[in-house]
Amino acid sequence: MSSFDAEHPAPPRRRPWNMVERGLTAIGLSGKALVIAAPALWLAIFFLVPLAVVFGISLTLKQFGRPPYTPLLTTEEGTVQLTLHLNNYILLFTDSLYVAAYLSSIRIALISTIITLCIGYPMAYAIARSPDRWRNILLMLVILPFWTSFLLRVYALSGFMRGNGVINQFLGLFGVEPLVMMQTDFAVYVGIVYTYLPFMILPLYTNLVKLDGSLLEASADLGARPVRTFLSVTLPLSMPGIIAGSMLVFIPAIGEFVIPSLLGGPSTLMIGRVLWDEFFANTNWPRAAAVAIAMLIVVVVPIMLLQRAQDAVVER
Amino acid sequence: MRRGWFLPIAAALGFAFLYAPIVSLVIFSFNESNLVTVWSGFSTKWYGQLLQDQQLLDAAWRSLQIAFFSASIALVLGTLCAVALVRFRRFRGRTVLAGTVAAPLVMPDVITGLALLLLFVAMEATLGWPSGRGMVTIIIAHTTFCMAYVTVVVQSRLADFDGSLEEAAQDLGATPVRVFFDITLPIIAPALVSGWLLGFTLSLDDLVIASFVSGPGSSTLPMVIFSKVRLGVSPDVNALATIIIGFVALGVFAATIVQLRSRPKKARV
Repeated sequence: MSSFDAEHPAPPRRRPWNMVERGLTAIGLSGKALVIAAPALWLAIFFLVPLAVVFGISLTLKQFGRPPYTPLLTTEEGTVQLTLHLNNYILLFTDSLYVAAYLSSIRIALISTIITLCIGYPMAYAIARSPDRWRNILLMLVILPFWTSFLLRVYALSGFMRGNGVINQFLGLFGVEPLVMMQTDFAVYVGIVYTYLPFMILPLYTNLVKLDGSLLEASADLGARPVRTFLSVTLPLSMPGIIAGSMLVFIPAIGEFVIPSLLGGPSTLMIGRVLWDEFFANTNWPRAAAVAIAMLIVVVVPIMLLQRAQDAVVER
Repeated sequence: MRRGWFLPIAAALGFAFLYAPIVSLVIFSFNESNLVTVWSGFSTKWYGQLLQDQQLLDAAWRSLQIAFFSASIALVLGTLCAVALVRFRRFRGRTVLAGTVAAPLVMPDVITGLALLLLFVAMEATLGWPSGRGMVTIIIAHTTFCMAYVTVVVQSRLADFDGSLEEAAQDLGATPVRVFFDITLPIIAPALVSGWLLGFTLSLDDLVIASFVSGPGSSTLPMVIFSKVRLGVSPDVNALATIIIGFVALGVFAATIVQLRSRPKKARV
């Protein structure tokens, strides 16, 4: 076929997007405006407005009826009245349950993050230093659990740690008494470390794989022992990776609900669970909303730290 | 540099920790015994029992539908958002859009779920829509957070290839829409595939947000699994988990193959 043949020009191919374009111009919309408007509109309606609604409802009081909270705006004899209640927030600071729940969430998230770092760092380093043909396979082995259902991994872990679980059966072979692991804070730590380990390894790996080997050699040539080289060369250089990985574990761990409710005991206090109970068990929507707003503030601080760490990486 | 013994051992232990619970779960799904952790012989009876559980099958089908629609809508919106952020350098509200699209990634699920439910309740009271909650509200909720992941994945791919190809097409007289479909779309196709798969998986996996925004009679698979697990470990959940893990492993292999195949093309570009 020769489309260059002057006598038989190829028929212009009909392309659907020409029609898309013509349609857009017909209704007076530029493509650019539409590209921006569609996602922006969706996020405004289903992300920003809901947060505003939560904030509004956190300033109401629980009541019986539908909806189960007092109205923010009331019209009485032609005047619109705005009624705001701060009771929910005052309670968050005065009721020791909430203060304890926030503190204990932060403690559990912090300790698990440190353990995850201690386990994840050597793994990320080993993968980064492994031969090329191994590296992709090992990375895939890290990512695979991340794709596997979160809920099912927590469940798998509970089968592992329960009274007659695999660990205790194994210990039983050596005559060790069964350990009580389930329904304790210990199980919650293990659960967080187990499920969030890939989040720690991946950013650390991306950081460590870029590490210049000649710096390590130089350090060794100057007589530094491996531990010294690690502490004064590798560790400082991998700081952005450490911060990014730690935040990726710490931030979601604070709001965790599934892990404490499947692995933790009745005494395990985490704020995500408090919010859940406040909403579903006590059906106190205004208080649940206030707990959510306060939790958001707790989470925003580490997010800003993460942002700064990432900006530091970009600047390098 | 001399290779030490510490790193390989630490990595091996780490991988054992990651995989031991999953492997034991798969093994015990073929266990004859009613007791979850006592081995009494090979059997596939728990898999047979799954096929009889109508509640579970309904929930699984519902979850697959929700995941399909959420991932697809999120793919379109997320891609548009990524194009806007990478290709249009300056427009009003750029920072707000960039921040808002990334926010669901770090937002605790309980907050997202609560916020969307309160929105739906308020909308129902004022607009009369959505009346009640079910698949539609779950799809909306899942689309919102899947969109964040699609945007991140597509964004990095878009930033990777330089805009000169698009400019060249434009110089040759192609309209912006045509440039997008003829040049941009084929190049970012692998990112679209992995973005969609990521959204699909995350939607299938979500328990917390779906629990908030679902109504009576619209339980998703994770919600059914969660209530089963709460009542105690039952062997048929092991079988179900094994099936899901098998599917996910297949999916990840498929996605890897797609990405490997796209590599020579990328080299040519």
